[in-house]
Amino acid sequence: MIAENLPVLVVILPLFGGLIASMLPGRDAPWVWASVITAAVFGMALQLVAAVHAAPNGIIDYNLGAWPAEYGIGYRVDHLNSYVILIVALVAFLTTIYARHSVADEIPDDRHRFFWAVWLLALVGLLGITITGDTFNIYVLLEISSLTVYTLIAMGKSRDRRALTASLKYLILGSIGATFILLGIGYLLMLTGTLNMADMHDQLVRMAEAGELADNRTLFVAFAFLVVGLSMKMALFPLHMWLPDAYTYAPSPVSAFVAATATKVGVYMAFRFIFTIFGGVYASEASLMLIGLCAGAGIIISSLRAITVVNVKRVLAYSSVGQLGYIVLGFSLGTREGVTASVIHVFNHAIIKGGMFMALGCVALRLGGTNLRHMRGLGKRMPWTMGAFTVGGMGLIGFPLTSGFISKWYLLQAAWQEGMWWAVIVVVLGGLLALIYIWRVIEAAWFTDPDPELQSLSVAREAPLSMLIPTWIMAAAVIWFGLDGEFTVSTAEKAAAILLGGAG
Amino acid sequence: MLELLLASAELVGPLESIFGDFAEVGPMVAIGIPLVGAFVIGLLGRWPNIREAATVVTALLLLHTVVAMIPDALLYGTPSGGDTIIFKEVVPGLPLAFHIEPLGLIYALIAASLWILNSFYSMGYMRAHHERNQTRFYVCFALALSSVMGIAFSANAFTLFIFYEALTLSTFPLVSHAGTAHARRSARTYLGVLVSTSVGFLMVGIISTWLLTGNLDFTQGGVFREFLASEEISPAVVGTLFALYIYGIGKAALMPMHRWLPAAMVAPTPVSALLHAVAVVKAGVFSVLKVTVYLFGIDSLREVAAAIIGGDWVVYMACFTILAASGIAMYQDNLKRRLAYSTVSQLSYIILGAALLTPMGIQGGALHMAMHAFGKITLFFCAGAIYVAHHKTEISDMRGLGRKMPLTMLAFLLGTLSIIGLPPMGGAWSKWYLLLGSLDAQHKFVFAVLIISSLMNIAYLLPISIRAFFSEPPPAHDEHDEHDEHDEHDAHHDDHHGSFWLERFGLQEAPALCVVPLCLTALACIYLFVNPDPFLELAQAIRFN
Repeated sequence: MIAENLPVLVVILPLFGGLIASMLPGRDAPWVWASVITAAVFGMALQLVAAVHAAPNGIIDYNLGAWPAEYGIGYRVDHLNSYVILIVALVAFLTTIYARHSVADEIPDDRHRFFWAVWLLALVGLLGITITGDTFNIYVLLEISSLTVYTLIAMGKSRDRRALTASLKYLILGSIGATFILLGIGYLLMLTGTLNMADMHDQLVRMAEAGELADNRTLFVAFAFLVVGLSMKMALFPLHMWLPDAYTYAPSPVSAFVAATATKVGVYMAFRFIFTIFGGVYASEASLMLIGLCAGAGIIISSLRAITVVNVKRVLAYSSVGQLGYIVLGFSLGTREGVTASVIHVFNHAIIKGGMFMALGCVALRLGGTNLRHMRGLGKRMPWTMGAFTVGGMGLIGFPLTSGFISKWYLLQAAWQEGMWWAVIVVVLGGLLALIYIWRVIEAAWFTDPDPELQSLSVAREAPLSMLIPTWIMAAAVIWFGLDGEFTVSTAEKAAAILLGGAG
Repeated sequence: MLELLLASAELVGPLESIFGDFAEVGPMVAIGIPLVGAFVIGLLGRWPNIREAATVVTALLLLHTVVAMIPDALLYGTPSGGDTIIFKEVVPGLPLAFHIEPLGLIYALIAASLWILNSFYSMGYMRAHHERNQTRFYVCFALALSSVMGIAFSANAFTLFIFYEALTLSTFPLVSHAGTAHARRSARTYLGVLVSTSVGFLMVGIISTWLLTGNLDFTQGGVFREFLASEEISPAVVGTLFALYIYGIGKAALMPMHRWLPAAMVAPTPVSALLHAVAVVKAGVFSVLKVTVYLFGIDSLREVAAAIIGGDWVVYMACFTILAASGIAMYQDNLKRRLAYSTVSQLSYIILGAALLTPMGIQGGALHMAMHAFGKITLFFCAGAIYVAHHKTEISDMRGLGRKMPLTMLAFLLGTLSIIGLPPMGGAWSKWYLLLGSLDAQHKFVFAVLIISSLMNIAYLLPISIRAFFSEPPPAHDEHDEHDEHDEHDAHHDDHHGSFWLERFGLQEAPALCVVPLCLTALACIYLFVNPDPFLELAQAIRFN
């Protein structure tokens, strides 16, 4: 019973869990409840991955209410999205455990239950987008996840009131992006008469074979709207303006959760639209080249920006824009190797950046700030926290034996094979810029004496275990998947085969 | 010496019974020992004496392990015949893999044996100086040695690259040890040059090799032979790749990638001694040798050099570096900086040995790794001892110092002679082989450069000890000024850090823990002339195709 309905349970459970969380009293009860729900979701995500591996063709179809997929909502799980679901569920579970002290510190007591309710609803949105095979459903869930994330970011206001403007900025830009996506979906519906992705693709192929798509303006407009809307959602340079503020002023656990998952889900949508739906019917090379260039510019410019800012959370936010550039650069090559590299980095960047934001959350909890001067001499006071941060930083730079190295290795290979020398140079340069902006922090933490004016540092002690353990699970994962890339690489290769095979 | 070492290995040799067939795991044990050692040293931070004991025990165990692998290296790898040991497949097709071969063993042997002496020296130096963060210092040292072993035994370019980067990272805290703004700035140069060359050139070179040939294994004769024979890969491409490697391996300090080495001199002297005269710089030239012999193959490279114009540019670049660095060294008044430039120059001897593409040249290069290591570490030990005992860093202040520190300055003289390559010093052998190699390769020009360089060595190294013994010491008040200028942080716990053990003879030597190691390495320089084994034997065991 549970096994058959896994695809929908993964979404339904946090949905109802979230509603119930809003009614739980006190501080700890909602947190315990959210932990239980996310743990269950994570367990189910694992089972889902196993089920996909066991399924004969690696695909599980699930029709909600047993309506045929053409009319109802069809969920389709394959190697690609079971993997993304696993990432989202894992990060959600770890950040939930982690969030207890942070939330107690940063959110007013009477809002806890709402925080956890919205938190779980955000999870619903992210998981739903990933699992569904229906484009309109994607839009609905996208709005759920966006609205909840705006709320979560705004909850950072009790620590820093700039969270409110950050949230508003994201709200406006995010809504524009979502509208673009909706328009794109609308045009596709107009063209094909269906909302189901697989069906949409089949219809487009049929029309292309019948010669109806030559110079088809509707198709072009749909593609353009979707690409721009998705770029906004995944914060592709230069449409990334919302991201640095949002990540900087959000409550610490929210930064970790959103940085590790939200843009990744955006990338996932881009995969689905560009490859699953338009793959083989729309000549997307020129557009892909264009977003590849945007990504390249994003890597360089945002990394340069990251070098100049002093708030480390903001450094990581800019770095996220850059790292997203790597992901986009990979799939913009349009080759199997490129998409593989891209999918690998989706996972690797999620664990790296998640872990680093978590480490920063520990610092924020103990010192009340994450500026560079807070970091000075912190290696002595909070060695485990800064150790995890350092491991993550090595991953961002792409040092060998961290998972970031595997990503970079594959990305360089992909660019090399396409003869894209500028991309090779951009990737190498991006790594060196990352070295600079990460090393500023590492040097401050380990090789500098504490700022004498900073009183809180002298009393700072190591973060509580409930924060350290999840942080270190992420850090350990960075090393583990750097030592053994087998899982990520083989999954990414399968995912790339699904996307470029043209199958929906 | 070989027999002696082997006998000692037999004597202590229970490792075999613990790890089973030793050659199967030897490299992993060699990497693991310092790694575990680092952990233990970290735990023992509160008890300095036990902590240092742990360092020494780790170093002894490591030397024992490395020595036990000499017979395997002479036979090429494991008894089953040169098999590689696969530790873990990182990505499909690219494992972390290790093997035992003579070239790597020379490097491992140098690093492991000198680490023991250097550990004692570090104790003397670091304590006399009341340095901070000593636990971090010893931990990072052990980590660096672990990376060194990984480089020495790597069986493919991928593994080599990984440990090469690990070495850069683990030595960074040592370079920036002092924590002053100057130290941090220099350490940034160090990290910046090394990482940007390795990521920008070496990694790209390795990926290109991988995509072109599908093979990164170090094999006899190299991986390019068939591709060149079938004209699948043109000589120009191979030549370009070789350039990526040569400049990607920034640790070899071929000009203009040498800037990090003088910058690294800001580190405490034991670091300069073991790492920046031995382990790190030798990691660079070792990688050059290894890539030349086992990845490209000297036959393939000779084809390439013949096929493209200027194909032997590395020879000329190395010659240029040898002379230019010697020239710069002459104008350095700071002793450590002068030694650093001397190292840059000497490293290019080894690159030159590789670039000559003759067996004799390679052997000379391999031998020079060892001979230069023993000579240069002696000089650095002396520089550190002078600093500990008299707070002098500038050569112009060292006049007449031989009267106060005869042992140190005598050792300095012996080290100098070895670097110059005069008999009866070990350095004579490597220079001999390099000269033979240059004749073998019909490079009269190179022959001349080697001779000129020797003269330049004499010009900038010999006067230091000569003045120390034969010049009048400067007036006393000068000494004090210098002192205040150069070490502010030492000024308050002033004067005499040396033990008083030689004072009854009116001498002011550094503590025994500093002086004894430097005497031993100086004596080793002489011993290596009388008996250059096992280094010579290992160098002659390298097979080229």
